[in-house]
Formats: sequence, C-alpha cells, structure tokens
Amino acid sequence: MHIIENGNTAAALGVKLCRASVIAAYPITPQTPLTEKLSEYVERGDMKAEYIPVESEHSALAVCIAASSAGARVFTATSANGLLYMHEQVQWASGARLPIVMCVVNRAVGAPWNIWNDQQDSISQRDTGWIQIYCADHQQIIDAVIKAYWIAEKVSIPIMVCYDGYILSHTFMPFDLPDQKTVDAFLPPFKPDYALRPEEPANLNTVTLPDVRLDVRGELAHSYMEIRYLLQEELRTTLDVAADAEKRFAEIFGRQSDPFIESYRCDDADCVALGLGSLTYQLRVSVDALRKEGIKVGVMGLRFYRPFPDEAIAGALKGKKSVVVFEKALSYGYEGALTSDLKSALYEHLAGTGTLPSIQNFIAGIGGRDIRTDDLTKMFRAATHGRVSKEPLWIGLKL
Amino acid sequence: MDKEFIQIRWHGRGGQGAITAAKIVASAAFTSGYDGVVMAPTFGTERRGAPVMTSLKISRTKIYDLSPIETPDIVVVLDHLLLKETDVTHGLKKGGIIVLNTPMAFESYSFTDFKLASADITAISVEAGLPHGMVNTGMIGSLEKATNLLGMDLLIKCIEEEFSSRKPQKNSLAARIAYERTRVGG
Amino acid sequence: MGTRNYRRKTSHSEHGPGDGGRTGSWRVERPVLDQSLCIPCKRNKEACFICWLFCPEIVISRTIPPRVDLEYCKGCGICAEECPTKAITMVDEAKFSEEDKE
Repeated sequence: MHIIENGNTAAALGVKLCRASVIAAYPITPQTPLTEKLSEYVERGDMKAEYIPVESEHSALAVCIAASSAGARVFTATSANGLLYMHEQVQWASGARLPIVMCVVNRAVGAPWNIWNDQQDSISQRDTGWIQIYCADHQQIIDAVIKAYWIAEKVSIPIMVCYDGYILSHTFMPFDLPDQKTVDAFLPPFKPDYALRPEEPANLNTVTLPDVRLDVRGELAHSYMEIRYLLQEELRTTLDVAADAEKRFAEIFGRQSDPFIESYRCDDADCVALGLGSLTYQLRVSVDALRKEGIKVGVMGLRFYRPFPDEAIAGALKGKKSVVVFEKALSYGYEGALTSDLKSALYEHLAGTGTLPSIQNFIAGIGGRDIRTDDLTKMFRAATHGRVSKEPLWIGLKL
Repeated sequence: MDKEFIQIRWHGRGGQGAITAAKIVASAAFTSGYDGVVMAPTFGTERRGAPVMTSLKISRTKIYDLSPIETPDIVVVLDHLLLKETDVTHGLKKGGIIVLNTPMAFESYSFTDFKLASADITAISVEAGLPHGMVNTGMIGSLEKATNLLGMDLLIKCIEEEFSSRKPQKNSLAARIAYERTRVGG
Repeated sequence: MGTRNYRRKTSHSEHGPGDGGRTGSWRVERPVLDQSLCIPCKRNKEACFICWLFCPEIVISRTIPPRVDLEYCKGCGICAEECPTKAITMVDEAKFSEEDKE
C-alpha cells in the first residue's frame, strides 16, 4: 500500500514492522519526529516495545547496548552533536558485536551551531566499525531499516541507516508500506548467538590483556587484537551478506536494486558523478540536462559506505574518463572522505591498467546551504573533461 | 498551465495548517495518477504565527529533485497580510496563479502578470462551523476553483480522510463553500 | 596455537576461579576465619555471607563455615575488611609451613 509521509515516519514504520522490542533515544532536530512517532506507537499499544526515555544520547546507546546484550532487538536514532556525544558508546557497540540499528538523520555538526543538513556527522563515524547505509528517498529508508536488522543480526555488527535531515526527514513523498506478513517472512525473530541471562552470570567485554589468555574453562580466549581483527574480517564479508539480503528482499518484496551502487545512465557515460544520499537523485536531473546537450554523463549513488564496496565501485567505473565526487562532508585538512576512499579503490583495482579516471571533488550543501540543480549541473559540466582543481571546490560558497 | 509538472508554493503562518493542506492536495494528486508528489515544508524555523512556506511539486513521473521551488506555477496565500511581509510572488511564472484568502474585495487587487483567485476563507470557514482561523481546508476549495486540477469529489474524499477524527464534514463543507465563492480573474 | 575457533567473538568471562591463572601464589597474607565470631557459624544457619558476596575472585564458598580456595585466593583482604564481626584476619604467609601453602 502506498502512503504519503515524511522520511522520519518511513523510518519509524520500518522499526515498528521489524518488531524492535527496546527503543531508547534522546530527541535532537531533525531526528525528533522519528522517535516521537515510535513513542506514540508504544503508548497507543500499536507496538509491543519498551520505550526508554534517557537523559542523553550516550545513555540512549548505553541502554541499547545493555538490552541488545540481553537478546532484545533494539533501536535508537540521533543526529549531529547527539551522535558525537554518543561516540564512545558507538565504538563500544561494534566491539561488543551487537546488532543494533540506528538511524542517523544527517545534520551539520557544531561549531557554529547549525541544525540543517550535511553529512559530517555520520561520515565522522566512518572508522567506528559500524556498517553505514545511505538512503536517497523514503522507499530506501524503510527498506534499509528492514534489511539492516537482517544483515546486522547475521553478522553481529551494528548498522547506521543514514538519511538527509529535512531534505528527506521532513519532506513528504509516496512510498510503498509493506504489510506485517511480508516483513515477518523476511525478518525472523531475533535469535542472538549469545544473550546474557541471570541464571548464567558473565562479564561482557571485560578488560583484555595485550596477549591471549586461558579462560575459566581452560580454553585459549581471544585478546583485544583477535577481537578487533574478527570485526574487520566480518565487516569485509558483510558485503556478501548484503548481497544475500538484497536477493532475499527482492524475492519477498518484489523490489530489486543493486546492493551497493544505484546507477543512472552510466552504461555509455564517459563521466560519472558519485555521491551519498538524496544528492545523487538530484544529480539525475543534472545528468538529464547534460545528456540533452550531448554530454555523456551518469550518476552513481553509493548505498553502502562501510564496509566500502571497493571492488564493485572500481568495476563500475572501469573505462570511465572522469569521476566527479559530490560530498556533503569532508576530512578537514585534506578532501572529502569518499574521494579518498574512491582513489584508494581505483588504485587497488585499476592501477597499471592505464584506465585510471581523473577525479574531481566538489563539496556541497554544507550546513544546509541550498543546492540549486542549475549550480550542480554547471559544476558537473565543468568537470566532465577532467579535474579542474586539486583542492575540493565548494559549490555555492559566497566568500 | 502545464499539467504534467506543477509547482505550488504555500505561504501561511506557523500553526495555520498549510502543511496539512498541501499534504491533502499531494495525496489527491497521487491518487489521481501523479506518480511524483513531493511536499517539503520550510525547515527549521517554523514557529506559531511566523511566516512559513511549504512547497508542493506534482509530476506525472517520480521526482528526483527535492530542492526548493524557484519558479512556482501557483502560490497559495493563507493570510492576505503576508503580502506585506513576504514577497509571495517571488519567482512566480508569468501568468501564474495567486490563490488568496482575503476579506478585501477582489477588485481591490491588481496583479499585472498574474491571475488572482480570492475569497474570504476566514469567514467561510467560520460559516462552515470551524474555529476562527482554521482556513486550510477552505484554501483547497479555492485552489481547485482556480486550477480545475484534481476535481472536488476527490479532494473532499481526501480532506475527510485526513480529518477523519477532527470534524471531517465541517472541513469538507468549508472547501465546498470556498469552491463556490472563489472569484477567479482572467 | 590460536583462538580462531574460540566460541565467542568478544571478550567474555564467566564467574569461577582461574580466569586470571593460579593466583594463589600472589598472596602475601592469607585470610583466616575465627568461627567463634563468624555469624553463620555461631547461628549454624545460612546468614550474612558478606565475605562470599564481596570476594572479587569468587573463591569463598557459601557454606558453614565459609571456605577459601587458597589455590586462587590472591590475599586481597576485602573479605577481612568487609566482615561485620571482624571474624577474618589477614595473616602473614610466612607464618604457614610449606605444606599449608599447597
């Protein structure tokens, strides 16, 4: 059934359909309406879950960590400085291998204070060991939440479902709301590998020494290094799990898409734009405009940012003359993080083949600066013949 | 007016229900076969009584561009005093329509490049039994009279669905009366 | 030999002596119980067991009298500190013979 709702409601409905049983969150714009919706569902009895109001984002994730350790399917959501305040627990959740799903409603981080959209918040959490999925519209938001629980629970790694604040969170558009039966067919009840039980007390995530040790049973137990290695190893294999999730989702829901890259008019394109989130949909309009001028361009929206689908990206970009990376965040002191990751993937897979494309990095929409489609098209057109600047160029900057 | 892709900008005040009205029109448009409808409120600065904007794009195909409307076909103004506070016709296409709630006479306005449609929706809504100041459903009637876009039957159905637990009949009555009484310029 | 097949992906420890190895050899002082002061011993029924509750190494039994597993007791002295009737005293290990140390 198609409904017209905003992106936050799409996320909330996804969480409800996934039967999350513990929700803990602290309100922050533009995430607030999402958690308000969930508290409404719980209050009205539409959702059998414990809604735990907390005094901070740090506590929100701490509650989720505890509940997930006890075997509950949990949910939280945040934005910007809330995510940064949570940062210590963000690292903890992945090291503890808990399949938590968290929506990050992308917003600029302070200082200065700004409540509008960019993606600096989630990009700054790139190296925390979480899986990161980016959404371009409401259908992708609700579908990503549902897939996220399946993937997270398969690999015991937490997932951030990221979507642009306001541009998606507060904008209304139609999307297909799946029924409970379909979601239940896709997502079985959560059966954790291990859940803390009062009858079998244990210390979880206790101090590890630099080297391995014998446990109480006399078995050789991991130390920190082994535990962290396994996180990395299983993050890499998550790419295969994500592909399985997509296949399974398509069979049950009848909606199919590439698990990693959503391509538009790329097959015969010489120049391809790459980005994360709703911006890649707006770029489709630029692609259409440039195609009318006879310029062969396309756009790729990256769905998975971590683990980074390097092989898929390099494969998709092989033979392209130039790549233009549009980002709403950057690694201050260098360039957009996605641009650096892309360069690394292309070096790994295409170096020596004589087919390395030129790469231009544009920074757009920082702190919610309106991104005019005409401006995007203009910058895109300028970069179709190759790099125009080594340093990233900021679109719409008024200096 | 091109009926394949329509851009409507709503000007109201925080709390007047412009977003709800736009949502009702969006839902009627989607039902009538417009696959692309996107309604984006102004972000972050909405406070009760302050001027707010909502943009509604309606298209036969899925909309990928979520950026703000720059050149609307129609502007809907829920309070005539906003004409003095905000440049409501900013970017409005030549020959575009202004749908205005005003107690003033139709003849007292003159827009050279635009077509005016007006009615005293504030009074009409009270007449329909709504509390003073609830004008959003009345505006939908005026908009339909000015554009003849979606049909009153469908709009009434969508209004009554949206307000199913909040005086659905009074809201739809306001839209009906507004439709009858709206004057549309040439 | 590595930990590839270890049953957990995380750091996980169950209660029981020995998680830190045979820590009995670390001891400088040994807890010694005076049964005439110990509450469960005096009443001959399950009571108090503060020593059992507080022992961080879980080497004190919940029995009458409470017994200390000297193979793992590190001699931290928390039991002596917490005992409400001062029934436990920490005694220099040097005072015990080699056989006693086993």
